[in-house]
Parts: sequence; C-alpha cells; structure tokens
Amino acid sequence: MLTFLARRLALGILVMWLVTVIVFLIFYIGPGSADVARALAGRDAPPATVALIAHRLLLDRPWYVQYGHFVWELLHGNLGFDYYHDEPVTSIVAQGIPITLSLIVGAAPIWLLIGVLTGMYSARHPRSVLDRVFTTFALTFYSTPTFVLGVLLILLLYYQLTIHGIALFPGSGFTPLTQNPFEWFRGLILPWLTLALVAAATYTRLTRSSMLDVLGEDYVRTARAKGLGERRVVWRHALRAALTPIVTQFGIDVGTLVGGTVITEQVFGLPGLGWTAVHAIEEQDLPVIIGIVIVASAAVVVANIVVDALYAFVDPRVRLH
Amino acid sequence: MTPPGASAPSELGTQTEDPHLQSAPATARSIVGRSPWRLAFERFRRDRLSLVALGVIVVIVLVAIFAPLIAKGTGHGVYTQYPTAGLTPAGLPRPPNAVFPLGTDDLGRTLLVRIAYGARVSLLVGVLATLLTVSIGAALGLVAGYFGRGVDTLIARAVDVMLSIPFLLFAIALASVVSVTPLHLGPFTLGKGVPIVVLVIGIFSWATVARIVRGQVIAIRNREYIEAARALGASSWRIIVFDVLPNVLPTIIVYATLLIPVSIVAEAALSYLGVGIPPPTADWGSMIADAQSYYQQAWWFLTFPSLALLTTTLAFNILGDGVRDAIDPRGTAFKA
Repeated sequence: MLTFLARRLALGILVMWLVTVIVFLIFYIGPGSADVARALAGRDAPPATVALIAHRLLLDRPWYVQYGHFVWELLHGNLGFDYYHDEPVTSIVAQGIPITLSLIVGAAPIWLLIGVLTGMYSARHPRSVLDRVFTTFALTFYSTPTFVLGVLLILLLYYQLTIHGIALFPGSGFTPLTQNPFEWFRGLILPWLTLALVAAATYTRLTRSSMLDVLGEDYVRTARAKGLGERRVVWRHALRAALTPIVTQFGIDVGTLVGGTVITEQVFGLPGLGWTAVHAIEEQDLPVIIGIVIVASAAVVVANIVVDALYAFVDPRVRLH
Repeated sequence: MTPPGASAPSELGTQTEDPHLQSAPATARSIVGRSPWRLAFERFRRDRLSLVALGVIVVIVLVAIFAPLIAKGTGHGVYTQYPTAGLTPAGLPRPPNAVFPLGTDDLGRTLLVRIAYGARVSLLVGVLATLLTVSIGAALGLVAGYFGRGVDTLIARAVDVMLSIPFLLFAIALASVVSVTPLHLGPFTLGKGVPIVVLVIGIFSWATVARIVRGQVIAIRNREYIEAARALGASSWRIIVFDVLPNVLPTIIVYATLLIPVSIVAEAALSYLGVGIPPPTADWGSMIADAQSYYQQAWWFLTFPSLALLTTTLAFNILGDGVRDAIDPRGTAFKA
C-alpha cells in the first residue's frame, strides 16, 4: 500500500511538472511577452521603455530561462508576482479558492443525492413510469451545456421571478460566507443548481447501470435466498458494490471541478479560480495562469490518489487483491 | 455481470466454449446467415426513440446544408444588419414577427438565418473533432495495447497526464494564443476558426479513447486467432489492422457517436468564452454569449440559439445510446 501511494505521488508530481512545461510552451509560442510589455508600458511609450519592462520581467529571455527562474522561485515556496499589479500569485489564487470551493461544496451533495437516489430507484424498478421520467430528465440534462443551463436559469429563475416581484436569487456576484452566510447561500443557489443538474445526470445513468449489474450478481441472489429483507439486500449488500464506479466518478469530478468551474463562474460573474484564469489568459499574465493551473492539476492528482485509497474501504472485493 | 433476462437462452451454452466470439458485437449467434452488423442494424431499426433522434439529426443536417437557401428564401443575409427593420428605435433587438420569424440580434441581424448557419459550424466541428479524437486515441490505444512493455508504459503515462490536465483552462489558453498569433506548421497556417477549434478539442480529448481501446486490445491480444496469425508469419501491423482493429471497431464506433455531442458542446463553450469561432461567423456559442447581455430585453435572442444547441446535443446523445444498445446490447464493450 505504501509503495503504491509513493508511486502514485511520484507520478502526480511528474504530471504537474509536465503541465507547467506545457503552459510555458503555449505561452512562448504566443504573443505573451510582446503584449504584456506593451500593455504595461502604455500606448505611447518609446520602444526602449517596452524593452526595459520586458527585460525586468525576463520576458526577453528564452522560455527555458524563464522556466528555470520559475522553478527556482517555486523551490523557495514562491509562485511569483503578477505582471500587472505586482501582487503575489499566491494571494491571487487564495482569493479565488474560497469562491470555487463554495461552488463545489454546495453542488457536490446536490448532484450526488439526486443522482444516486434516482439511479437506485430506476435500477430497482426498471421500465416503470418514474424510471422513464428519471432517464429522460437525465438524458436531457446530460445533453445540456453548462452555460446554456446557467443562462436559462438566470432568465427564468432570476429575471422572470424578479420582474414579477419575487426576488429569490441575485443574478450574479459573490458574498463571502464569513460576511453574510445567508447572502452567500442565496447567491450560490443558481450556480449550484447549474453545476449539480448537469452532473447529476451522469450519476443517475451511472448508478442505474451499476446497480442493475450488481443486482444480477450471484451474491445478491444468495443474500435474497438467505431470506434477507429486500431493503437490507439493496442498501447493505448491493449498494456497497454498486458504489465503486460512483465513488471513482465523484472523486475525479470534484478534483476536475477545481479547474473546471470556469463556465459557471463566467456565467454568474463569480471571481473564482476559473474566472481569474480566463482573465489572466486574456491579459497573457503568465504567473497567474501557471499558479491556477498548478492548483487545478494538483487537485486532480490528489483526487485520483484519494479515490484509489477509498476503493478498498468501499468495495470489500477490492481488499482481497 | 449480465442482468437476468438480458441474454437470449440460446446463447447460454455457447458463452464459455467460444471465447473469441464473445468479443464480437453479435449476441444472437445461433441465428444463421446474418452478420453482426446486420443484426445491430435490425436492433437499431426497432428502437423508435433513436429513429426519431436520427430524423431530427437529418433535419439539422439539411438545415445546415441548405442554410444559403433559407437566407435566399427569407431575403435576409446572414451578415446583413437591418438598422431600421431589425432594431427598435431604442436600438434593441426586435421580437419574432412576420419579417423576422425568430426575431433579430443586437446588431439587427436575422436570428433564423444565423441559427441555420450556426448549425454548419456545430456539425462540422462536432464531426471533425470527433474524427480527430478517435483517430489519435484509437491509434495510440491499439499500439499501446498490442505491443505492451515500454511503448505501453509511455502511452499510459501520457494518458494519465492528459487526464489530469484542466481541459478548459488549457483549451482556452491554447485557443487564445493561436487566435492572436497564427501557428505555422510547415505549409499549413492555423489561425482563428474551425481548424484550430478542432485541433484543440482533438488534442485534449483523445486520452479516454486511447484508454478504452487499450483495455480492449489487451483483453484480446493473446487469443488463439491472433496467435494463429502470428504463427502464420503475419507482421504486427497486419495483425493490428486486420485482426485486432475489427474487434475493437464496435467500441470505437459507439464511443465516436457519443463523442459528437461532447465535441459540439466543447466548441460552443469555447465560442461562448470568446476563444472559439470568431465573429461575425454565425455560431451558437457566441450567439448565446452575445445574448446574455440582452436577456432582460430580448428573451428570443437567448432562447432560440440555446434551444438549437440543446436539440442537437440531445438528438446526438439519444442516437449514441441507441447505437450502443444496437451494437453492444449487453454493455460489455466498456467494461474491459
């Protein structure tokens, strides 16, 4: 188990290293250096000023020199400073994380609950009316692009309600939890629904097929033959095995979302990690892009390791191997 | 693993005795004289929902092909702005009316024709990006699975890296960089537009295909008929193309069908974020982005492009499910 974890960790670090190299390469083939220096110098600045700024930010050096500098600083626990305001990247990232985490923390339970419960019902009553309803809804939401669902929710649940005098939700913006928990909650309901409904669809489909598989297995028949109650068979015996693919998907989804709430944040104007990254990309602000990409891929790597470790706890069959 | 009742009684006897037939797409092996593809086709023909979805897709394809005719018929060009007829005196989009059946956009252009032209971009990118993704993924998966050892380790690690990369962030970064500075690849120059969007989607989505194909190949590479081909002196490439590929083809086809809507959504998302298809090309994603500033004044501007996109992805997803059920009714293809 320990060697396994060590290997996964080494692989994770390798992945993150490659990710930073790729970001540098993408930036290097792009207009990054020229654009940033010119934007900073101002429109009428003489070329000498532009060159000076480029020089100060190392933008006139080849990418591997910049990369070496970046790694050197990283080894000193420093992610660098943003090109435009000299703000430490760590603090820019730290401002975005609570917002992105708020999104994930609220959306994850919603989609897990909806997805697993509807999926289990569908598996236990295949071809029933409700099964068809759930399956249809799942397929529809599964096909809905996040930004389409987001803008439609804004149109229907924010705008239409508000013009009719029912101001349930604000249309955009973020209130920190520490400042006003109620406003925090109110402002996040629509973004949560946007994220959760699209994700829940995957879980309904996954739970349904996984549960159908497990209910057909010999040990479930044995459990029934022993005379165990149906409730016990389904919830204690079958669900446990059926959960394995769901746990995998859940772990990976949560990890991916750290860098994957870009669209939801953009739709609702929430300045989280994704929103910050999009703006950094527009400004070609390399240190900020790198900082967010590192955090996002680290989340994926950690999520994968956690999922593998969780396997053994969830599915008794895995422990035997 | 098979749910009770899902397989016909006649195949229970053959299931264990005939291992290499198991990976073939057919299930009703006892019926003589019909190829697995024929059987899949007949299963598909009985699936009414999928047929409806196919019909919807055919309509969307026709709309895309004949978009210029729609423009001609209504007399409105796709890029033409109608400052008086198409905009209210206050400069806002006009609601649906006799002249503009679906209303107009913020520049006074006709939504009907623009949505029809938008279907071209969506379908083109959806199909091309899927082809690219599946080609890269299948090729790497076949090579990794068949040769094993070092090649396999290398490709498997590459898959791990690709799956850990935050897709959207990288896609935005790459697409925005290339849209400012065109990329020169030998004789080809990649700038803004369809080619770069296809390339970005392909580069960042092949990993899943490679992983699935690799698993399938590993499951069959030591079967007797492969050994036989090897013993007869067939080269590795010959075996991969003529003996291995046909066996993983059903999986690839199913995955490709399900990948089309995913690629369509990816294109629309990139365009929504402003790094996909550049204006003034009519594109559903960028139309929705533009409409978002006007949702309080012009619901039609937001709703119709959204519905077009949603209908397309839904139809493709239903079709994909239908194709999967037809080719692989027991759902074994994705378990390897």
